[in-house]
Amino acid sequence: MLRLDEPLSFWGGLDPETGQITDVHHPQVGASVTGTVLAMEHGRGSSSSSSVVLELIRNKAGPVAIVLSEMDTHILLGSIVAEELYGLSMPVLITSKENLQNFHSGNVAHIDSEGNINCVN
Amino acid sequence: MTLDLSSDDLEMLDGRNGAAVEMAMRIIVRLGETVNAKRLIDISSAHIDSCLYHGLSTIDFADRLVQLGAQVKVPTTLNVSSMDLLHPDLYRGDPEEALRGRQLADLYESMGCKPTWTCAPYLLEERPNFGDQIVWAESNAIVFANSVLGARTDRYGDLIDICAAITGRTPDAGLHLDENRHASLVYEVGHLSPSLFDHDEIFPLLGAFIGSTTGTQVPVVDGLNHKQSEYRLRALGAAAASTGSVGMFHVAGSTPEAPTLEAALGSKDPQDSIRVSVEDLQMMRSKLTSSTGTALATVALGTPHYSIDEFAILRSHILGKHKHPEIDFYVSAGRDILLELELRGWADELRSFGVSLVGDTCTYFTPILSNTDKPAMTDSGKWAYYAPSNLGIDVIFASTADCVASAIAGRVVLDESIWTNEQ
Repeated sequence: MLRLDEPLSFWGGLDPETGQITDVHHPQVGASVTGTVLAMEHGRGSSSSSSVVLELIRNKAGPVAIVLSEMDTHILLGSIVAEELYGLSMPVLITSKENLQNFHSGNVAHIDSEGNINCVN
Repeated sequence: MTLDLSSDDLEMLDGRNGAAVEMAMRIIVRLGETVNAKRLIDISSAHIDSCLYHGLSTIDFADRLVQLGAQVKVPTTLNVSSMDLLHPDLYRGDPEEALRGRQLADLYESMGCKPTWTCAPYLLEERPNFGDQIVWAESNAIVFANSVLGARTDRYGDLIDICAAITGRTPDAGLHLDENRHASLVYEVGHLSPSLFDHDEIFPLLGAFIGSTTGTQVPVVDGLNHKQSEYRLRALGAAAASTGSVGMFHVAGSTPEAPTLEAALGSKDPQDSIRVSVEDLQMMRSKLTSSTGTALATVALGTPHYSIDEFAILRSHILGKHKHPEIDFYVSAGRDILLELELRGWADELRSFGVSLVGDTCTYFTPILSNTDKPAMTDSGKWAYYAPSNLGIDVIFASTADCVASAIAGRVVLDESIWTNEQ
């Protein structure tokens, strides 16, 4: 699990080739999202985020899943189109704000087939 | 709640209108189900952001649609490209990336999109009317359409934009619906000195502050006496949509759905009210400035693409003057506006000062600047916010007048009187 302290704009904030956070305003600049369950409250910023999510998935540099407390359609569309074009899946999950508070970087996330998510240290 | 599809929608989904429409409709329906829409609605225009190259997947997607026979169903404009398509020599990046940018442009044009290549489609002749349902991508265009025109678009992004253009349909959700367009958060500015708001640069700063404190609510600014100009509202919105997720704002007395504060709030009590201080605005100014010295290599204006009004202001500052030879001075604009500048004779005046006019793209995300080692100055909150990450450049946010004065002096010159008078 990589729990972001602030929302991240994928466009202008993340390199879709390396999966590294590049937004100099973001507290976790330099961290890699590749292979993580990426958790943040909501998405942010630019309309280009869907394309960056799609490119991230195509490059296999993306998270295995993204967990939000509010649906972000930009992120979701990158995931939907990755399935259409490449048959690659990166689920976008919604959990309560309270549940998200209990998630910390380094936790192991368990996701069941219903989309329920739980974290353990 | 289930998504109720019309018989036309079902025909599109069944593939009876071709494979491209089927694929586009499948994506629209998945979005509609996720956002709990009850139905899909017709749209009257689309503005496409997917035409900016972000890697091979952007081409794969457009190419799939074209191969399946896609054509847009409603008038559709194109956002910026990765390069100035009319002046490709301005592009300093990888030639292969330039080729792919061109390839992507051709794919979208072949689907029937108009080659407008601007992030400011609201400056084009045919702009949406109050109440029109539209699908616009590009954050500054969205916030302008909703807030200043009173047209209705949700915060769309890449991929869905072209699907909506191909089907002419979109989920009836988000900012398409009356109940989601009312403000719930008030930004009170009536106690601040009115003279502060004589300065254009206050508006992007206020926008940046709103963006970084609003979350996903709709904000309303209350306490501005005069009806504010479109370019000021636009600068506010562009900054708010960069530092945050703002898709719509109201300015009581200035924007069409906010004749009064009460109207903006939908006659409900706000969830919260924020009294904006001079310090809040100064803090945003510091946040949008990463360089404290006087070193300067570049001035970059025109984010979003400059309007004729903004060129008129710039022209009043530069007439009869020349920039310092070591400073590069770029202004980005749509090709329609650039043509208008030529017709008015303003383009020659700007070039005589030393302005490089950039069309079809923008200087904050694509390799155009000749020097990114030394800082750049801008009057745009959006440019100042994104350029440090995108270009690895240091930036100074300032007024248009200070940008011009600095370009002439060859070093950063800032008029601090607006702030010192407020202490």
